[in-house]
Amino acid sequence: MIATPTVDLITVNIDGKDVAVPKGTNVIEAAAKVGVDVPHYCYHPKLTVVGNCRMCLVEMGLPAVDPATKTPVMDPATGKQKINWMPRPVIGCATNASPGLHIRTTTQLVKDCREGVMEFLLVNHPLDCPICDQAGECKLQEQATGYGRGYSRYVEDKNVKPKRTVLGPRVTLDDERCILCSRCIRFSKEVAKDDVLGFIDRGSTSTLTCFPGKQLENNYSLNTVDICPVGALTSTDFRFKMRVWFLKQTNSIDTETSVGANTVVWSREGQIYRITPRQNDEVNDTWMADSGRILYKQVKAEDRLTHTSVAKQAASLAEAITKASELIKANAGAVRLVASGKNTVEEQFLIKHLADSLATKTSLISRVGAGDNILVSKDHNPNVRGALLTGLISELPTAQLTTLSSEIDSGKVKVVISFSEDLTAAGISESQLSKVQVIYIGTHHNKTSGLAAIVIPSLTVFEKSGTFINQQFRIQKFVAAVPGPAGVVDDLVILTHLTSSLHGTTVQLTQAAGLLAQTWTSLSATIPSLAPLSFSTIPDTGLLVDSTAFAKLPFVETETLHFKPVV
Amino acid sequence: MPEQRRIIFKHIDSPGYTNDIACYQQNGGYETLKAAVLRKPEELIEEVKKSGLRGRGGAGFSCGLKWSLLDRKSGKPIYLIVNADESEPGTFKDRYILHQDPHQLIEGMMITCFANNVKQAYIYIRGEFPEGARILEKALAEARKANFVGSNIVGTTYSCDIFVHRGAGAYICGEETGLIESIEGKRPYPRIKPPFFPAVLGLYQCPTIVNNVETLCHVKHIAAMGGEAYSKIGTPGNTGTRILCVSGHVKRPGYYEFEVGKLTLGELLNDVCGGPLPGRTFKAVIPGGSSAKILRFGERFKGKRKVGAEMQDYDWGLDDVPMDFDSLAMIGSMAGSGGVIVMDDSVSMVEALANINAFYAHESCGQCTPCREGSLWMKRITNRMVLGGARPEDGALLKNVADQIAGRTICAFGEACSWPTQSFVLKFGEEFKTYAERTKDSSATLATTPLV
Repeated sequence: MIATPTVDLITVNIDGKDVAVPKGTNVIEAAAKVGVDVPHYCYHPKLTVVGNCRMCLVEMGLPAVDPATKTPVMDPATGKQKINWMPRPVIGCATNASPGLHIRTTTQLVKDCREGVMEFLLVNHPLDCPICDQAGECKLQEQATGYGRGYSRYVEDKNVKPKRTVLGPRVTLDDERCILCSRCIRFSKEVAKDDVLGFIDRGSTSTLTCFPGKQLENNYSLNTVDICPVGALTSTDFRFKMRVWFLKQTNSIDTETSVGANTVVWSREGQIYRITPRQNDEVNDTWMADSGRILYKQVKAEDRLTHTSVAKQAASLAEAITKASELIKANAGAVRLVASGKNTVEEQFLIKHLADSLATKTSLISRVGAGDNILVSKDHNPNVRGALLTGLISELPTAQLTTLSSEIDSGKVKVVISFSEDLTAAGISESQLSKVQVIYIGTHHNKTSGLAAIVIPSLTVFEKSGTFINQQFRIQKFVAAVPGPAGVVDDLVILTHLTSSLHGTTVQLTQAAGLLAQTWTSLSATIPSLAPLSFSTIPDTGLLVDSTAFAKLPFVETETLHFKPVV
Repeated sequence: MPEQRRIIFKHIDSPGYTNDIACYQQNGGYETLKAAVLRKPEELIEEVKKSGLRGRGGAGFSCGLKWSLLDRKSGKPIYLIVNADESEPGTFKDRYILHQDPHQLIEGMMITCFANNVKQAYIYIRGEFPEGARILEKALAEARKANFVGSNIVGTTYSCDIFVHRGAGAYICGEETGLIESIEGKRPYPRIKPPFFPAVLGLYQCPTIVNNVETLCHVKHIAAMGGEAYSKIGTPGNTGTRILCVSGHVKRPGYYEFEVGKLTLGELLNDVCGGPLPGRTFKAVIPGGSSAKILRFGERFKGKRKVGAEMQDYDWGLDDVPMDFDSLAMIGSMAGSGGVIVMDDSVSMVEALANINAFYAHESCGQCTPCREGSLWMKRITNRMVLGGARPEDGALLKNVADQIAGRTICAFGEACSWPTQSFVLKFGEEFKTYAERTKDSSATLATTPLV
């Protein structure tokens, strides 16, 4: 556990309730601590404060002090220090907590302010929620209901603006809906470090646009859609595909790199529609890369493996397991495993068991690629640390399986079990592969599965539950969002059956969930740094685990958001 | 008839007075600067404090106090910016200084810079003053050549340069923090205060003084005559002279410089400006630029006011109101930028407001919601009214929309755009109510295009 630094706490009073907050906390955040909602649009906790929407206007007072003597002025009625209330409302987002600050959010003035701002925001906003893509997750809709007057006094014509401006390859803008909060502009500049958005024209005719000759094409462009409080910025991929209230939200983890951005998978009836970031202030704040959002497309990809086969003939899972264990037994001592940095911690743990029982070695293939120092790290494997922690590997993975290659050539290896890895991408030629018997357990078709003697399809990250350990050595869990293809079972089930088949024992076809809990019982008993944990006790935002044993390893990651490599 | 006292405008329109440095020096120019740089800077600040000088840009904020709020301990450079973005409708005083007496401003600036240890100063001139910008550039070149601006001025170790920055034509650039953003090369979105007070986090996040053109010219005269002597001009709390720009329905519109508070609105309009046009009577006056609240002739103002040390009752008609900061504020308007706009009985208040609303809707920067949407909405209401679509309830609606703006915006534009509507409806409510009736039968004769 990492100790949190001590902070100066000061007491402020919100609607009569005292709350202690760190100095500098703004009124919106302080109010949230006592359950008081201060509505806002332009304020975003991870962006600079501009105070332009004026929705968060509140009444502010400070303890009265005698100007001459500097002594507190007491109120005889209450026996407490008198509060000097400011005649004008102030914005909550730019008002920071100071000792004795008093805030009122329930007065007539505050109510009037909110009604006024709501009315102003709506006068030039299309009132076509039934056909708006943002409906159901629209701040304007929610706060109009919560704080608006409920009727319109506006009889003039509304502004007319462009309805579908293409800002970039993934973002489409409906300008009439834009409330000019500038969140997207600030995000692009401050977080994505790609200052391409700005307003042109002025007053109510102001229009969001890209700088001349530029587009919003950086790998974080879709975050602007997430933070847009209205239906102005929309995801070109998702817009008009599905109503958000029909979608089920499942916590997940981005597998594209070792950053492990926390995500939410939005699905309905077994189909995934979009992936959005989930707030984790220690990992990804409220952001994620665009590249991680399209990963769900692998679920229904053309090359997805859905059927078990033995020698290219369709087979049942039981047959395939039996054949595999026969093959392994027949070639005892000549079996090698190639696991993946995309396997979960639990899978890696069971693979390690399998390897131990076969007294063989396991290799991992590295995936080192470009990083952007934001939320894409250089290690494109999400779970190399899991393989280290489970003892599956003791050195960092390499890109080329040179040892395996020479062992195949020398005839030392007869059987290779690959977990979703394409060995031809790691220096094993197709002719080498045809010299050995390959057992392929994986999600998608590739050259290796094409040459495999036994193919057992398995589940993608969206169809199973498990954990990954990211670059910070933070163990993070994800949960199955959608069911896998009919007949395809969890890797844990496959591994359990294969292991028991090798030992000559039979197990009941177990539910994956039960297996997960069972695996965790062994995991926490075997691995000291995971000792007190079980799958259910890992918090949604993950937990740092002891990494001292691996401090000397030359990890490939460079600095990213909330991560600095240990030098 | 009250006599003008021309300090700032001493040479304006004088025959033979030109805007070059030779003419300025022949008339005693730059002598004050030469003397000032031999004094201690703190002394000069003290003189300005003693003078009681209040800003001539609109808010009437104490100049000495503004300077004393500067964060001098930050170690960052201090900047001076001259706000020459004179954009308030009805105001046309600074342009005469810029056009006819630019060296007076430069001298005032250099004294201010020396007093506040400023090494770099800017003149932000509005985009619509191209000629003024050319004149300033020429004057600055002359002043640099004569060693009044630039390195080691007049033989001292003090150096300070002045740059002219032209705006691109936006009223909001007259708001000091919008102006600062504009100099920095950004959209002139006014900054939120707190934390971005110019005295602490101004230009390039450094302490900055932003003063009006006329204010800085007064600094020159304060340095010349001493703060004590200056404070005896005008009335206590409203010291010095100020330039009043009278426009509209009077016989002799124009600019006049008077001691502050020494003449009344009635004297200004009737005696100085010659009264209403033949056959007309005064109906209303806006005393401090179009954003100031309108005053109606025939109104009476009663209350108590401080005269010297004691409180006195006052009972004024509009004619009796002294033209100073405090009196105009007391009766619910403001001295603002000194633009006095006069309207006689030929004016329809609905149409006059339509004109003003069109201006503010066009000039709202669009940053914050109430002003952006409210100013446009008010314009659309008054436009509809003058185009024959008036409804009896529009006056009340207008007032309510304006009430939702004032006091809830980032900058004072919220007040600037809502005060006209609030005061027009308050003072001339019956005209707004009956406008629908009045125009119903004559809609054929109404303008078919917006008035503005």
